[in-house]
Amino acid sequence: MIELRNITKRFGAVLANDHINIKVEPGTIHAIVGENGAGKSTAMRIAYGFYKADSGEILVEGKVHEIASPHDAIALGIGMVHQHFMLVDTMTVAENIILGAEPGNAVALDLDQARAEIRRVSEEFKLAVNPNAVIEHLSVGQQQRVELLKALYRHARLLILDEPTAVLTPQEVDEFFAILRRMREQGKTVVIITHKLSEVLAISDDVTVMRDGKVVGRVKTKETNAAELARLMVGREVLLRVEKPEAKVGQPELSVQGLTVKKADGSKRIDNVSFDVRAGEILGIAGVEGNGQTELIEALAGLVASNHISGKILFENRNIAHEGARLRRELGIAHIPEDRHRRGLLLEFDLAENSILGVHYRKPIVNVAGVFLDSDAVRRRANEIIEGFDVRPANPDLPARALSGGNQQKLIIGREVKVNPKLLLVSQPTRGVDIGAIEFIHRKLVNLRDAGCAVLLVSAELEEVTSLADRLLIIHEGRIVGEVDPKIATIEEIGLLMTRGH
Amino acid sequence: MSLFRELLFPLIAVLAAFVVGGILILLVGDNPLHAYALLFGSAFSWPVGVGYTLFYATPLIFTGLAVALAFRCGLLNIGAEGQLYVGSFAAAWVGIEFGGVFIRNGAGEIVNSPIANLPIALLLPLCFIAAISVGAIWGGIPGVLKAKFGSHEVINTIMLNFIAVALCSYFTQYHYKIPGDPIMQTAEIGSNANIMRLGKFIPSMPSFIPLNASFLLALLCCLLVYLFLWRTKWGYELRATGTNPSAAEYGGVSVRKQIIIAMTISGALAGMVGINEVLGYRHRYYDGFSDNYGFTGIAVALLGRNHPVGVILAALLFAVLQRGGIPVDAFTEHVTKDIVQVLQGTIILFVAAEAFFRGPFSRWGLLKRSKV
Repeated sequence: MIELRNITKRFGAVLANDHINIKVEPGTIHAIVGENGAGKSTAMRIAYGFYKADSGEILVEGKVHEIASPHDAIALGIGMVHQHFMLVDTMTVAENIILGAEPGNAVALDLDQARAEIRRVSEEFKLAVNPNAVIEHLSVGQQQRVELLKALYRHARLLILDEPTAVLTPQEVDEFFAILRRMREQGKTVVIITHKLSEVLAISDDVTVMRDGKVVGRVKTKETNAAELARLMVGREVLLRVEKPEAKVGQPELSVQGLTVKKADGSKRIDNVSFDVRAGEILGIAGVEGNGQTELIEALAGLVASNHISGKILFENRNIAHEGARLRRELGIAHIPEDRHRRGLLLEFDLAENSILGVHYRKPIVNVAGVFLDSDAVRRRANEIIEGFDVRPANPDLPARALSGGNQQKLIIGREVKVNPKLLLVSQPTRGVDIGAIEFIHRKLVNLRDAGCAVLLVSAELEEVTSLADRLLIIHEGRIVGEVDPKIATIEEIGLLMTRGH
Repeated sequence: MSLFRELLFPLIAVLAAFVVGGILILLVGDNPLHAYALLFGSAFSWPVGVGYTLFYATPLIFTGLAVALAFRCGLLNIGAEGQLYVGSFAAAWVGIEFGGVFIRNGAGEIVNSPIANLPIALLLPLCFIAAISVGAIWGGIPGVLKAKFGSHEVINTIMLNFIAVALCSYFTQYHYKIPGDPIMQTAEIGSNANIMRLGKFIPSMPSFIPLNASFLLALLCCLLVYLFLWRTKWGYELRATGTNPSAAEYGGVSVRKQIIIAMTISGALAGMVGINEVLGYRHRYYDGFSDNYGFTGIAVALLGRNHPVGVILAALLFAVLQRGGIPVDAFTEHVTKDIVQVLQGTIILFVAAEAFFRGPFSRWGLLKRSKV
């Protein structure tokens, strides 16, 4: 269907694509995997006419084509769905889909014809999208299907999907994969960019592995496995499971009793939840995303308005349910937030300034007068975190925005671990993080637990939460619906609790 | 490198504006080089030109600093105009009531007796405090409204501008004007509340030039704001709130408190225009004196990249234009001093258009940010 031959692309000093060759067979689902920055998105953006390659050629259905813009790509039957959707929130599905290809004559817009066509395509692939719905009222999964429709409406025969599952819940991922399989049955070709190995194995026919701008492997999915793919991606053996010693459990540090968290509209996001986290253990919380995990962690961290909380949060026998985030930090609670861009980092600030968030008003960061920041102390702390947690590039003057996701996450974890917390709240610690960094982060969390810290871990990755946690609670619609021993419970058992409650 | 980048875009914007202005001057039939020579020649002539340029720059430094500081906390203070009016009136009120000024009507009867006649060592600081604190309150009100009720500071500061202007006019007209005076202005403040003109210290500067010690105060404020924002824990919290309130909250910072603090300090800085205007220049409150200093302050902050040093440079540039516009008007055939407005407007346009200069993919960057 499409073939990239000897494509090279340079951004300044960075060689993003180094003579890469990718061949996608028609009617297949082709996965392109690699760590962040391996050059997979760049390659696909070149195929879509978003970037121009410095050298090399693109063949579509056996013929060499010049793809100078997305417009050319669309004309050749190539569609692309970006990681961040390009939709106008306040317009309807139909209006979004026809945007740029409006039917009708120069003056009048023929929306009816468009709606009929959208319905037809939507039914053909069982997308279940209502053309009259307004985008902002749709879930993320539905919005993604609108993006698919947009490409299909323009008669795309090849769809390029950039990290399509990053924004989806596990259930939505299953639905989404079913759609992809239907598309393959109908003769479409799909290229899916990802770094989640389980998904590659579940959906693809062929895999191209990239590392450092080069193609380092081409395999049939049937003939490979996760360990081999991980080794190709990272360039060395990777430990996919966490090795940890027996937990030496101490006293409960945190005791949550009858905690209820409401939203502004009065709906209960957490409903009468009770549990303990003890020193020296990792308590995992598994659940389909959006079942109250975010609210639970934010309530424990002091980031939910006090009048939305009822029940008790006992930390070392003191009820802190109505205390602010600052006091909780001073008591020894650290927090690795699920959304590092929204919560965890000041992206415009440099690494040094980011490394003091939360302790910026305390000694030794402020000097004797208690007002002025001690720039030596700030730098010292930043350098300690950068060295201790292998943050690259190791330059405290860089803005946090300049770092890759994995390095941003290492900076946050370093900052939070640095305060020697008694309780660590961790949410999605490895989301969007390279495999190599995941291994590192897991080891750090286990080290902290072995040092006697109580760790509460929320993760959407079942594999992560089962391999790290010493005890595992399952959350469903804001309630704890079960506790299992992660060492013996099967994924099926946990999955059943996650989706159906009891 | 980063300093160079920070300076590069404002510089390009200014140069581009002068090119556009030059084309306009050419179109109306004058020689742009001649006009610009007049403009800069006049603004930089010693001592009169320089004196006036620095005098014009003074209120713009205060308002530019006010807008910049609020902006560092993610707030748009459109209300510097109102804040500088109430600050100025407050300074005049103290200068009259505590400066031993009797206001008499045409028949010589006293219509307003002062509260006290304080010595300079008490009166001058009191006038300062009045201008600063009343400006701070006027800025703090929309801060509190935003922090408590989430009402938008842009709307509230605009509304408070109208209230401020009307309130000051009312008190001038009915309480502190000399009856029969055709000009809308208060009586003169006590002489103990006057600030020295710099002509007194610089031998070659004639004393009619209104440049006074407030200019030095403005520079001092720039230094203090710089130290506050980048060297103290409070400034760290304020800037953190400005770039990412969610992350600031996560780091134990009270976002509401920061909003109130930022708006209050911003108002105080705007109120200090009154020190220059009332104590240093006219020695009375003159109704409607502000030549849109509050709004030009937004442009100054924008051009100065919300940095104290940038604010000084931008305020000086705008002052040069203001001062230099007069001879351009007088000594060219067709160009009027409106060319100054054209230049100011074009500079802002180019500065605001910066996003479009930043590479072809900035478009996608913007899209991304508005989405997720």
